[in-house]
Amino acid sequence: MEAAVKPQRQMVRLRGRSYVAFVFTPTVPVQDWLHEIDATIARSPGFFAGRPVVIDLSSVDLSQSGIGHLLTSLQDRNIRVLGIEGVEEARLTAMMPPLLSGGRSCVVEPSAPKKAEAKAKPTSLLLENPVRSGQTVIFPEGDVTILGSVGSGAEVVAGGSIHVYGALRGRAMAGVNGHTSARIYCQKIEAELLAIDGFYQTADDIDAALRGKPAQAFLQGNTMRITALN
Amino acid sequence: MAKVLVVTSGKGGVGKTTTTAALGAALAQRGDKVVVVDFDVGLRNLDLVMGAERRVVFDLINVVQGVAKLPQALIKDKRLENLWLLPASQTRDKDALTEEGVGKVIDELRARFDWVICDSPAGIERGASMAMRFADEAVIVTNPEVSSVRDSDRIIGMLDSKTVRAEKGERVEKHILITRYDPSRAARGEMLTIEDILEILATPLLGIIPESQDVLRASNVGTPVTLSNADGAPARAYIDAARRLCGDTVPMQVPTERKGFMDRLLRRRAA
Repeated sequence: MEAAVKPQRQMVRLRGRSYVAFVFTPTVPVQDWLHEIDATIARSPGFFAGRPVVIDLSSVDLSQSGIGHLLTSLQDRNIRVLGIEGVEEARLTAMMPPLLSGGRSCVVEPSAPKKAEAKAKPTSLLLENPVRSGQTVIFPEGDVTILGSVGSGAEVVAGGSIHVYGALRGRAMAGVNGHTSARIYCQKIEAELLAIDGFYQTADDIDAALRGKPAQAFLQGNTMRITALN
Repeated sequence: MAKVLVVTSGKGGVGKTTTTAALGAALAQRGDKVVVVDFDVGLRNLDLVMGAERRVVFDLINVVQGVAKLPQALIKDKRLENLWLLPASQTRDKDALTEEGVGKVIDELRARFDWVICDSPAGIERGASMAMRFADEAVIVTNPEVSSVRDSDRIIGMLDSKTVRAEKGERVEKHILITRYDPSRAARGEMLTIEDILEILATPLLGIIPESQDVLRASNVGTPVTLSNADGAPARAYIDAARRLCGDTVPMQVPTERKGFMDRLLRRRAA
């Protein structure tokens, strides 16, 4: 038996990940282009602060020293260059940022709406009025509670469970986003259609003895069960 | 303060036009100044029921489009001093109703009358939505049958969402008027009962109009049923409903035909 335990080798994992970076495309004469950058910075200082930038040199023909000069000019303006694209590797020195390829353009979304997202979204919807024939209530975010009735020809769609404290005469579809434990509860079942996570039953399938009584519907495996609520 | 009242139902043939004429006449008899407006452009009927079809010169569409002035299009009733009719056009269709134009006409009518009663066409399309658009109150005419009740439910949903009042966050006051009600058939379970209807619609009841030959007879001679036979069961029911609209408290009952002594003795001729 071998007592010594070999030290386990640490696995090096390589994963791909993509990031969004600004791409600068300098044009000739480079001096004028730099003035344009200066004007942008003057209008909104800090516009490029902390933002990674890639330089696309495909529309200018710069020598190695020219590229070096451009990089220092940008560095002087506090612009950090992440990589360079659109030039032969031979023109870059080891000290310069690496050559990139295969970039895809994308739309950069303004960062402002992120603040709104931070607010917790409500996970339930309460309706105090009856849902009338022809009306549709869709709430994929969670449960729907209705204090009145759901009329014949009305439709309630919820990501979570549906609670009806009146008569349910229309259609109720719960757990639409694959939420199999969602249930439908009502004070008086006269529904045209009940569905949970895509499994449905029409009025004909509902036990006649339950009609007009308080009931609940839930999924048991792939079958929907409708039972009296007491 | 003028009130704009829409008489609507969703379903056709339930008695909107009859109700408009009957309520209009009943309110006018109380002394209010009333105008009944036909919104059924292309299929107008209110002029016939009001017995004014021979006097139509200009109509609602002419006024909406600015071709005629409002006083030119208003027709004064021959029987009642303060009852007026604004007829619909028979040659045009409902697309001729613009929201801006209808709004202007309703505003003008508000300034002249105590009650502006809009007779809605059947359906939920442009004609019906324009008729209810500016309403302060609504009478939803319902027959005691499932299709009519479901259509009424749909219309109530529209009244709560598509009217100017609803969009301002205010409420359109809604009333259910049950027409063509036959107490004996309801007792036998051949019709929905009043309780069933009110439970489904969850809206207060304005009145119950019994099924009667009076109604057909009245519309055939071009007289609102409240004027043609004021003692008849439907007329009394409509007069009670009009009183409730004005805020009076009237006990709810289903008026029945008054049968004479001989009628009761000799009920039906044997074959």
